[in-house]
Amino acid sequence: MNIFRSATLTLRSAQLHRMSATPQTAPIEAAIRAALSDELLPVHLEVINESYMHNVPKGSETHFKVLVVSEKFNDLTLIKRHRLVNSIVQEKLAGNFVHALSIEAKTPKQWDPNYIVEPSPNCRGGFGK
Amino acid sequence: MSGKLILRQLLRQGIVAQRMPMFKRFESATTASGATNFNKDTLKQLVNTNKVVIFMKGNPEAPKCGFSNAVVQILRMHGVQYDAHDVLQSDELRQSIKEFSDWPTIPQVYINGEFVGGCDILLQMHQSGDLIEELKKVGIESILLKEADNKDNTKAD
Repeated sequence: MNIFRSATLTLRSAQLHRMSATPQTAPIEAAIRAALSDELLPVHLEVINESYMHNVPKGSETHFKVLVVSEKFNDLTLIKRHRLVNSIVQEKLAGNFVHALSIEAKTPKQWDPNYIVEPSPNCRGGFGK
Repeated sequence: MSGKLILRQLLRQGIVAQRMPMFKRFESATTASGATNFNKDTLKQLVNTNKVVIFMKGNPEAPKCGFSNAVVQILRMHGVQYDAHDVLQSDELRQSIKEFSDWPTIPQVYINGEFVGGCDILLQMHQSGDLIEELKKVGIESILLKEADNKDNTKAD
């Protein structure tokens, strides 16, 4: 039941964010997703490309938001969870870290399958300066 | 043109940057462009100049990033006085603070010289009430707490 709910949520979320991602080529999004899946074995994972909210060319992969729900966070403080996610992404992208990576790192206990990720705050034009 | 505007323009041109202090207290932008290098020691000093120190894009009156703006708004809600440093004024500061904290993004928040996190963490600390506790540890009473106490007192009367 849980798995089913999680699958529908992921689908709904994917539909919601369809406008933001380029379906054919999104190598960075795919790399982030693969790295977090491999390393954290998440029960739920969302990788959202929020670049469209910013002053970057269409189809850019610069600003991301991730929701990771994993048992691996159970004994980690908030900052350690974030450091772990950052380092996994950093390693995968071989030093070319994305411009923005907003993180929600929850344990399965802290996660409500009905939870919907809120978009990041609006850009205020600082990118690239 | 107001004096503030003129000053800001001069700062942008780097004319008075050398003579300005590195930072000002409470909700004012840094002019870090005046400094030459940021090694571990100078950064350690910098994050200890006030109980709360932040590194952001733009300044508290005009944040140039949604995440930096969120940090400013949260600290404002709690009535916290802090030093703000604008990393857009100095590429060197922008790079070196990331290495200093081993944290890849801006904004960055320091309490009592210790790195606390970026926007996501501050927001979650704010929502969970942990921020009030962390501020209390360094002797800052959040105005949100004061307001809550006042309401309780009124009820008790």
